[in-house]
Amino acid sequence: MNADSDIKEDNAPACATGSGDGQFDLHGHAPVVEISNLWTKFGRTVVHQDLNLEIERGEILSIVGGSGTGKTVLLRQMLGLEHPARGCVKVFGEDINQASSEQLQQLRNHWGMLFQEGALYSALNVFDNVAQPMRELRVLPEELIRDAVLLKMNMVGLGPEHALKMPSDLSGGMVKRVALARALALEPKLLFLDEPTAGLDPDLSESFVSLIQSLHRELGLTVVMVTHDLDTLFALSSRIAVLAEKHVIALGPTSEVIKVDHPFIKQFFLGDRGKRALAVLDEKKTEK
Amino acid sequence: MPTSHTPTLTLTEAGSRQGAGVVASGTWQVHALAHDNAIKAINAQLKPLQGDTGVHWDLSQIDSLDHIGAQLFWNAWGKTRPQQLTLSAGQEEFFRRIEETGTLELPSTRANRLTLVMKLGMAVLLFLEHLKGFIALVGQVTQDIFRFARHPLRGPWREISANIFHAGFQALGITALVGFLIGVVLSYLSAQQLRAFGGDIYLVNLLGMSVIRELGPLLAAILVAGRSGSSITAQLGVMRVTEELDAMLVMGISHGFRLIMPKVVALAICMPLLVIWTDTAALIGGMVAAKTELNLSARYFIQKLPDAVPLANYMIGLGKGVVFGMLIALISCHFGLRIKANTESLGRGTTTAVVTAITVVILADAVFAIVFNGVGYR
Repeated sequence: MNADSDIKEDNAPACATGSGDGQFDLHGHAPVVEISNLWTKFGRTVVHQDLNLEIERGEILSIVGGSGTGKTVLLRQMLGLEHPARGCVKVFGEDINQASSEQLQQLRNHWGMLFQEGALYSALNVFDNVAQPMRELRVLPEELIRDAVLLKMNMVGLGPEHALKMPSDLSGGMVKRVALARALALEPKLLFLDEPTAGLDPDLSESFVSLIQSLHRELGLTVVMVTHDLDTLFALSSRIAVLAEKHVIALGPTSEVIKVDHPFIKQFFLGDRGKRALAVLDEKKTEK
Repeated sequence: MPTSHTPTLTLTEAGSRQGAGVVASGTWQVHALAHDNAIKAINAQLKPLQGDTGVHWDLSQIDSLDHIGAQLFWNAWGKTRPQQLTLSAGQEEFFRRIEETGTLELPSTRANRLTLVMKLGMAVLLFLEHLKGFIALVGQVTQDIFRFARHPLRGPWREISANIFHAGFQALGITALVGFLIGVVLSYLSAQQLRAFGGDIYLVNLLGMSVIRELGPLLAAILVAGRSGSSITAQLGVMRVTEELDAMLVMGISHGFRLIMPKVVALAICMPLLVIWTDTAALIGGMVAAKTELNLSARYFIQKLPDAVPLANYMIGLGKGVVFGMLIALISCHFGLRIKANTESLGRGTTTAVVTAITVVILADAVFAIVFNGVGYR
């Protein structure tokens, strides 16, 4: 680990905060998420080493990699749930590891996260789960919240008859939908998805993919997604970032990434499963 | 959010050229609306306009809109599109979506209208259900113990010893501390009263009898119910949440034999030992206080103890320990197995288990007092 010595300390110049006036760059054209020279360590194991990644406004970026390459960790670092050993993570131009708790709170209102298992509050019913972020603002009238929640539920394809069910009574697909409705409750600009289609049957994941596509179109979201599911990956991503050997080894549209000559990429995309998924994707394109 | 794009409504008077109109501008997004309670002022402005069909609405000056902002207009329009409405290109989508959902209603909740008598009935039924479940559990454990006795070598020895370690050994510190302090308190209080009529030396009788027959077992049981009872319930509850209980069943591992019976046996073994331990700590506490308060020597205390407290009382204390231990384990397991797969049920189950265990222990103590009335006195 002698590379450590030539790495700059926490507040490397690269990490200078963009605006500095407490205003987030929500509408500009700068990257939504900017990760530079990021190091992650668990004990003595280095997971990310000098990792760089930029996520552009309005794109759907998928992060793929073998297990243990720190995809979910990277996602959690973008959300400020975990802190890198060094390097910086900027979201909307704000360094989230340096931001004050107030700034962080405002930032949190502009992103939504869909956890792998849904992470619904098991003590609240579906309606209250989706209403929770709106009620947290403490100013919206209850009538408006009611309508807005029904709207959000309708967006993810849930009828009002499900509103009073408890999370423990829902199927896996429904849990994901409710979790997505909750993530979208405050109309975020940035949506994080952790394995959005894991554990769903093919039919459901298909409809989930088209749901995310239509929401992306409708709301102009930037989506960051971690996934293993090749069908989802090819159908949704505008760009793919491949994590391996502690770095982003490839970044770009699907067609470019699969051309990169690297054993992991060969195995992941051009194995039997990958070829099948690609063939299906091509078929669909020609149909259109 | 920055305040540069505060959502604003500009009203034009009815006398002007286009007739009465409303022009909205600024950012009509949820964060802008929530900022500085802007929504309150806007609601106040919108209220008088509600249902007024002659107004011309111009939303094309809004620089960004979202579903919540759009919903706000929609509600002000009485949930229909106004006749005169100017929208910019992107806004159409929001109102189309809202129009789609606008007719949806929440299903009505059935109000829980139970009369007092019905509530009482429910409570009795619930109690009977618990009783039935508990009796079934006792039967199950009895069967498992017979199975264990027939093939002792194939029994869950490792689980039993682990439970003894957690429920017994790790409880030594807290039971000793509490026992000692109660001994001190009791000794002090009794000494004051006894001195009033010169019965100082009867402190040993008083303390010995109350601690060994009554307080030692009860204190140990209450502490163990709080410590181990709650952990047993929570452990079983989490195993339910994570589907570990189902995994055991699928592999053909019986819950009763591998989870419940070991806990019952372990508590039946370590509770009497904890009772002796607590008794000892309490008596030492009493001795220390007697020395300082009445100047009663420890040697006198120890010599007098066997005469003051007949052996039967020790036996009753040990018997109580065994029974209390088994009751605590059974009750905790009973509630643990009934926990459903959500966090609220987990919390409620644990509380109920501890409260019930302590109550039942005290009830059982009363039964002991009645059954052994007249035994062990001189």
